[in-house]
Amino acid sequence: MVEPALSSSDAPTAVRLRGVTKVYDNGTVALGPLDLDIRKGEFVSLLGSSGCGKSTALRLIAGLIAPSAGTLDVAARSSGHAIGFVFQEPTLMPWSTIRENVRLPLKLAHMPDAQSTARVDEVLAQVGLADFAGAYPRELSGGMKMRASLARALVTEPDILLMDEPFAALDEITRFRLNNDLLALWRELGKTVIFVTHSVFESVYLSQRVVVMTSRPGRVSAECRIESAEPRDDAFRTSMAYAGYCRDVSQALMAASDAAFNETKARA
Amino acid sequence: MKGLEPLPTVDRGSVVPGSDMQWQRIVWPVVVFVAGIVLWDLVVRIGEIPPYLLPGPLLVFKTLIADWPVLSESLGVTLLTALEGFIAAAVGGIALALLFNQSKWLEYSLLPYAIVLQVTPVIAIAPLMLIYLPQQTAVVVCAWIVAFFPVLANTTLGLNSVDRNLAGLFQLYRASRWQVLRYLKLPAALPFILGGLRIAGGLSLIGAVAAEIAAGAAGAGSGLAYRISESSYRLNIPRMFAALLLLSVAGIVIYMLLALVSHGLLRRWHESALRKEK
Repeated sequence: MVEPALSSSDAPTAVRLRGVTKVYDNGTVALGPLDLDIRKGEFVSLLGSSGCGKSTALRLIAGLIAPSAGTLDVAARSSGHAIGFVFQEPTLMPWSTIRENVRLPLKLAHMPDAQSTARVDEVLAQVGLADFAGAYPRELSGGMKMRASLARALVTEPDILLMDEPFAALDEITRFRLNNDLLALWRELGKTVIFVTHSVFESVYLSQRVVVMTSRPGRVSAECRIESAEPRDDAFRTSMAYAGYCRDVSQALMAASDAAFNETKARA
Repeated sequence: MKGLEPLPTVDRGSVVPGSDMQWQRIVWPVVVFVAGIVLWDLVVRIGEIPPYLLPGPLLVFKTLIADWPVLSESLGVTLLTALEGFIAAAVGGIALALLFNQSKWLEYSLLPYAIVLQVTPVIAIAPLMLIYLPQQTAVVVCAWIVAFFPVLANTTLGLNSVDRNLAGLFQLYRASRWQVLRYLKLPAALPFILGGLRIAGGLSLIGAVAAEIAAGAAGAGSGLAYRISESSYRLNIPRMFAALLLLSVAGIVIYMLLALVSHGLLRRWHESALRKEK
């Protein structure tokens, strides 16, 4: 088992998982044992092949499902602070306008509309959707819907932002734009971001740390720090440093895949 | 906080009405209707069919005008019965589906009996109802029995068809059961509920007519179905056709009214009510 590597900063721990496993009712061992520490304000990507348990890990952290074993300490949850979650699909309510979709978490917290409107408008402006507050989700493009989903996750000013392959279904250009927008928001707001992806390139571009997971059951196979001094912009995407990190992370991912394959073969 | 650059505004509401498709939706049924009337008239004239077997369309129309005082009164009675049955079916079906959604125990206990009501022919239940209940109540109950199940089945399906991720989102924000119902399940189920109500509208009319026929056979009743039975006994076939015509028109009007309500509620967001964009 790979020892969890702590963030180089002195920031307190935002998420701590120790020996966490998840076995579904049908007997599928989806995860674990998983050990992971994530520091406050850190941008961490969970990288792995499809079905390796990345999304399960995210849902466990969000409290949407319970672990089968192990301990899970999420500072935001225990202190009663909100957690923001962005799904792979925009997951907007089609019957509500974008403003009402973004307002939803505040409405569920019993905040009167008169009080929440200013906050909703502020966060819509943050994601560049101020002019689309009255539109319905069907009237927006895929990228704009994801922005609305991001605005909804941010409206409660959460300590942690959990993102489950949010840009996987988008075209390359929209994805690049949203990557840049997400980084800008992260720098501005300083949230802890846990980003699930199966894209090596996306994980390297966005993260301070990439956690590579093995195939099912998902465990930490390797961790790669992305400590480039270069700013994360379009120039970084074509830099030698970026290519080097991508190569390292790809190799770690291949090694995780090979190890899982050999393990399955040995068991058979 | 400065945030991101605002996105450029696009003309997002530019839905072009499908004008050529709109008129085709009206013209073609009218063409078929006119062709049917002409064919009917030709068959009667060329075949020299006597009116007590098959009256021509003109005679039916004349009878409709001449007997309008009697037929319109009967139409009012039947429509009121259908409306009462429909309201009872809508309220009862939606309420029971909500209860089923909140308690599986209740669903398992009561659903089989709801299915029994659905599969038992109303024409077989109506005589029993007329024994145990006052006549008008029995007729309304029959209309309710026929119309109730589609509302229950559709609403139950709608309430159970909520997006899994949206349900997870509500869980994440610790929404109460009431909030989940109000802000998620009911809006998500709305297209299904409206679909059920559209079916129930026509069925409540069928239920009312079936019960009226049973009541008429028992020697009472003044709805349109009773007029049809009465005309049949007296071989007044043109009036029978006129009453049938009124029933058909009433059924179409009920369906169109409910379709209009459905369109009004769903037109901004649901695929079924959206026009094709060009």
